[in-house]
Amino acid sequence: MEIQGKGYLSPLTEEAKTSLWVYLKEWLCSTDAKRIGVLYLAFATFMGLVGGILSILIRAQLAAPGPSVIQDASFYNALPGFHATAMIFFFIIPAFTGAANFIVPIQIGAPDMAFPKLNLAAFWILPPSALVTFAGFFFNSLPEFGWTAYPPLSTHAYSPIWGADFWVMGLILVGVSSTMAAVNFLATVFNMRCKGMKFFQLPLFTWSVVVTSFLILAATPVLTSALLMLTFERLFPGVFFFFNPEGGGDPILYQHLFWFYSHPAVYIMILPGFGIISEVIPTFSRKHIFGYPLMAWSMIAIAVLGFLVWAHHMYTTGIALEVRVGFMFLTMLIAVPTGVKIFSWLGTMWGGSLRFDTPMLFAIGFIAMFTIGGLSGVVLASVSVDIQLHDTYYVVAHIHYVLVAGSMMTLFAGIYYWYPKITGKMYNEFWGKVHFWLTAIFINVTFFVQHWLGVQGMPRRYYDYDPDFALANMISSVGSFALFAAQLIFVWNLIHSWKHGEDAKANSWYGDGFHFEWRMPSPPDHHNFHEPPEWEPIIRHHGGTHAELWERDVDGYHG
Amino acid sequence: MAAQNASVMAGPGPGEESLGVTNGKIGMWTFLVMDAMTFAGLLAGYARLRWTPGSDWPFPIEAFGVVGIQLTAFNTFVLICSSVAMVHVLAYQMRGNMKAAQGWMIATIVGGLIFLSIQGFEWTHLILDKWPFLFDSGYEAKYNLNFAATFFILTGFHGMHVAIGVIYNTIILMGMRSGKVTEEHTSTVEIAGLYWHFVDLIWILVFTFVYLI
Ligand code: HEM
Ligand SMILES: [Cu+2]
Repeated sequence: MEIQGKGYLSPLTEEAKTSLWVYLKEWLCSTDAKRIGVLYLAFATFMGLVGGILSILIRAQLAAPGPSVIQDASFYNALPGFHATAMIFFFIIPAFTGAANFIVPIQIGAPDMAFPKLNLAAFWILPPSALVTFAGFFFNSLPEFGWTAYPPLSTHAYSPIWGADFWVMGLILVGVSSTMAAVNFLATVFNMRCKGMKFFQLPLFTWSVVVTSFLILAATPVLTSALLMLTFERLFPGVFFFFNPEGGGDPILYQHLFWFYSHPAVYIMILPGFGIISEVIPTFSRKHIFGYPLMAWSMIAIAVLGFLVWAHHMYTTGIALEVRVGFMFLTMLIAVPTGVKIFSWLGTMWGGSLRFDTPMLFAIGFIAMFTIGGLSGVVLASVSVDIQLHDTYYVVAHIHYVLVAGSMMTLFAGIYYWYPKITGKMYNEFWGKVHFWLTAIFINVTFFVQHWLGVQGMPRRYYDYDPDFALANMISSVGSFALFAAQLIFVWNLIHSWKHGEDAKANSWYGDGFHFEWRMPSPPDHHNFHEPPEWEPIIRHHGGTHAELWERDVDGYHG
Repeated sequence: MAAQNASVMAGPGPGEESLGVTNGKIGMWTFLVMDAMTFAGLLAGYARLRWTPGSDWPFPIEAFGVVGIQLTAFNTFVLICSSVAMVHVLAYQMRGNMKAAQGWMIATIVGGLIFLSIQGFEWTHLILDKWPFLFDSGYEAKYNLNFAATFFILTGFHGMHVAIGVIYNTIILMGMRSGKVTEEHTSTVEIAGLYWHFVDLIWILVFTFVYLI
């Protein structure tokens, strides 16, 4: 068999042309950010399916009250934690890292990342750390303390199992991997920009990766410090008592450190999505983004405020009322820059000549449904309301509107948008649209009823529930099965189209893509650019239409 | 043409150094931000455990004893000297005197090693003589157990940084000996210096928190 492939997909050596094994090895050891990006995306897709299967198990058990599909309640207790771990640390964050690896160097006009070897190392830490994190599955030793691992439940006394130690150490490793990636992205964007690419010329996806990398850099190590303390406390139970009151420790300390990381982490999971939407909407509206500088500043504002709101997860832990009210105020304040972004996207679409291809559908669906999640967030931010709703299904509904209807929809928008660039092929548009509609509908079927369940008082993470909640739970479970099935269409579409799709044009979206990635062949060549590119600075004022702003760049790139 | 470009791109790429410094330096600075936040997490934990009402925290100078404090003060001095030596490495390298640069590098490394040995001695002493309750439930703890626990995690995590720095500097020294690091590679030494000074700075914080106040 002769291995061909265009651009960066083509084998680098003669040997790799004839041997699949050599070609594969070339990929696994490649320091090309584009190839590493594809590896990240493949890994994330796999882990997303794993996380999906775990969620299906949860919903299968909860479809009806009482023990049913899962007879062993302890096993059930482990599922929500592992589902969240898979989705947050091994699906959403790596998927965005993968997209950023591919796109960011190109968007700033660089041949590669600043540290290609570090890039490869950061990727290769991920699969082993997934194995470590999930090690409990292999010898039936599953921690049952959720993804938040609050002590005292997570201390040695209450979770005396190896699976828990592995889980904690696995998370430390993922943190190392993602901080390595963040260092690399910052050095790349700071130092590798081509001529003319000033900071306030950067495409918004690149901006979002910069801001996210800062969040990772400043927040993840704090989680690492908390997990280190937890590990020592677990491994040497007689010596370390950081979180154990019996030895003078303080369990609330863990929550402070954990949420100091994990609230910024929710922005780590959504800001790159904001960036993607800010690429997709202008392309399919054929206008420049509305309020470009404000879009960049609002991300910075979100990031800064994101560090000052963590205690909204801790309203019921007994911290002083004055402190809680302060956190409530700051939390509600975050809705302001978030609202700025929503209105800027709408402003971009306003008066544009819209096209409704799959990426745009996902972008619009995201705006509509993410807003619901933002609003339920504001409800939860209010201290008195949250005391009722904390740890109920209302919180579950909130996180799934922001993460599934939010992060995941943006990810789909981004993958469909850049698929022609990455593979050189068009995906199947019909099945893309089917995927969109099924996803949008079944997200609402699955998660909307959970608001109601939460307000009625159904606790999250429980194995069993009051039979009064049976109907809504059944609806939610059926919705979740359909939602999962719809994702198989997506995976099939990606794989099938790579082989059978039409060849993609350089500027795949009707010639409307504006940034550097659309001015090079699909797929790009090994070193991205044949000659050092130069960015002609533009004024992205909101009146700028397709004709006026795109014109001078389109020559030769429509082919 | 394309092939020629490809070889050019393997070196420092076009557009590199938009900020006028090497990638490595930006990489190290950003890494240090991350590292500083890890210490910040640990120090915040320390502060919270210590400064809560009724924490039963001993006054460090009494708990360690005067000798303990003095030994560690001397150790602090050693680490600062090592940092100063590192400055000389770069200064001589810039002037092209690689022999002297190597000498100062050896001094830097020796400083790090002395620091680690003294710390190792101190740990052994504390574990065996001062805090026998750690591993033997027959003894009663005199104060909050976290006094020992936070001590170990803070000085241990810092000590790990010193050990890594010693290895890092040794690799550069070997590079200088084999001629791979010449007077042209000042940024290699400068970047290692950033790390080493950072480790020094963190120690001053740790020393102040854990021993002095
Ligand atoms: C307007 C913006 C937002 C506000 C005001 C807000 C507010 C809140 C509050 C108060 C809670 C705590 C609920 C409780 O446990 O009682 C919460 C939980 C959560 N939020 Fe948000 N949120 C917002 C946006 C987001 C976004 C954008 C994401 C992610 C992309 C997110 C992800 C989460 C997650 C994962 C939890 C649950 C954590 C857990 O306990 O497991 N939120 N949110
Ligand atoms: Cu939060």
